[in-house]
Order: sequence, then structure tokens, then C-alpha cells
Amino acid sequence: MSFIEGHLIYWLLICLMMVGLYTLMSCSNLIKKIAGLNVFQTGAILFYVSLGKVTGGTVPIIAEGYESYSNPLPQVLMLTAIVVGVATSALGFALIVRIREAYKSIEEDELDNMDRLDD
Amino acid sequence: MLALTVDIFLLVFLIASAVGILFTHQLFAMAMLFGLYSLLVASLFILLDAPDVAFTEAAVGTGIATVLMLATLAATKESKEKPRKKLSKSALTISIFTGALLLYGTTGLPKFGDPEAPIHTQMADRFIQQGQAETGVPNLVTAVLASYRGFDTLGEVTVVFTAGVGVLLLLRRRYKPKIRRNADAG
Repeated sequence: MSFIEGHLIYWLLICLMMVGLYTLMSCSNLIKKIAGLNVFQTGAILFYVSLGKVTGGTVPIIAEGYESYSNPLPQVLMLTAIVVGVATSALGFALIVRIREAYKSIEEDELDNMDRLDD
Repeated sequence: MLALTVDIFLLVFLIASAVGILFTHQLFAMAMLFGLYSLLVASLFILLDAPDVAFTEAAVGTGIATVLMLATLAATKESKEKPRKKLSKSALTISIFTGALLLYGTTGLPKFGDPEAPIHTQMADRFIQQGQAETGVPNLVTAVLASYRGFDTLGEVTVVFTAGVGVLLLLRRRYKPKIRRNADAG
């Protein structure tokens, strides 16, 4: 019982990541692909931050009267990951706008067909 | 126990909105669901004792990412995804296989919130014991971010700068080279 209790959060986060991965791979709309990528990424970020949580601990800001703090290290790394993630998805969105200008479509299979016609 | 229940409740909401993003065909509805999703992620960070990450997620994830998505939708003039066949078998297989491997991996992890886990007894202890004395910042996340791992942050700035230059090069050019050879014929 306590094994399930102690790992349930990890399992739910893995479910979340897999929903994101499936969205990324199965949707042919490019904007939706980026959304799926972001879901996958936030799932991974939440997983890391959840590893740093200490039961009975508090926010890692030193103050009198508190002894136990959560681990600051995963939080720092994930802070970086969030910002980098948004930067990469901004680049992805710019690419989508550019693809739309050239192909008049943002559906992956239509782009594929057009490329095949060109050759 | 109560905190764990709230965590799980929020996580179920998160998975529900992720599934909503997967199944909706209206792209504007998807952008709004995506904003809601990021806000739920931010509240989950608060519960995981990470207010700094929560601020960043609320500002950057909910704000900027959603605005960028809406701007892309406006620029591409797309509002509906074209309906496709229901299930992609290969994608489903890969997702389930990856998920199963990750689930198998979690069996070796220490329990959620276990204070005796190796991650809490090595590096973190030193940051908590000496972080304030060494850097003069009571907020340990800031201390590690700006002082102990300052090079990481410099690398982050480089990545963001490169991405910004990439976006500008893609969108701000007067002469756009042709990607397709027979664009007029196709």
C-alpha cells in the first residue's frame, strides 16, 4: 500500500508525459505538435521537481524556526529548462509561420504530398 | 496525506486537460486549454514547494507561450485542424512502450517526499547549511541559480539569444528564399 502511495505521483506524471508524446507523434497539425511537445516537457519538469520535494519540508528560503527544506537543486535546473523550452517553442512557431508562407498549409501530410509532387 | 490528495487531484485535472488538447479540433480552444494547463502546472509547483518555478511557469508558460501560440494562429489564419483517422497505431505503440519502460524505472526510485533519499543527503545539505553564509542570499534557489551554477545561467541566456536571433532571421527578412522549387505548379 505504501509503495503505491509513494509512487502514484510518478506514475501519473508518466501518464501525462505519454499523452504529450502521443499528441506530438499522432497529430498532423504542426501547432498541435508544438502543444504536445510542451505537454511532454512540462511533464518531465514536474517529475524532476517532484523528486526534490521533502515531506514536512518547506520552501527553500532560509528563515528562522524552520529546519527542513525541500531540495533547491532540481528547482534551479527546471527553472532553466522552462525558459529554454519557451525559447525553443518560439523558434518552432516562427518555423510554422514560415512554412505556412511557403506551402499555404500547416498539416504535415499535405506538406509531404506537396514535396512528393515537386520531385 | 491531505497534501498528497490535493497533488493527485490536480494531476488528474492536468491529464484531463492534456487529453483535451489531444482531442479538440478547434485550434483556438486548444490554445485556451493550453493556458489552463500551464496554470495548473504552476499551482502544482506551489504544492511541490517550488514558488520560484511556479512564478516562472505562470509568467512564461501561461503568459508568453499562450500569446505566442495565439499569435501563430493569427498569422497562419488557421482555426481548425483537419480531421484525420482516429488512431495512429505506431505512435500509440511507441508511447505505451516508452511509458512502460519509465514505469519500470520508477520502481527503483525512493518514495515521494522521502527525506532519506540520496538526492537530499548529498548536495542539498551543503546548499542548505552553507548557502546563505557563502552567497548572502536567503533564497537558496536564487543562490544556486546565480552563484553556484552561474555558468548554467549564462548558457541559458545564450540559448535564448540564439533562439531570438533565429526567430528574427526567419520572420524579419524582406527577401524570402523559395523553399519549394515548383511552388507555382504545386
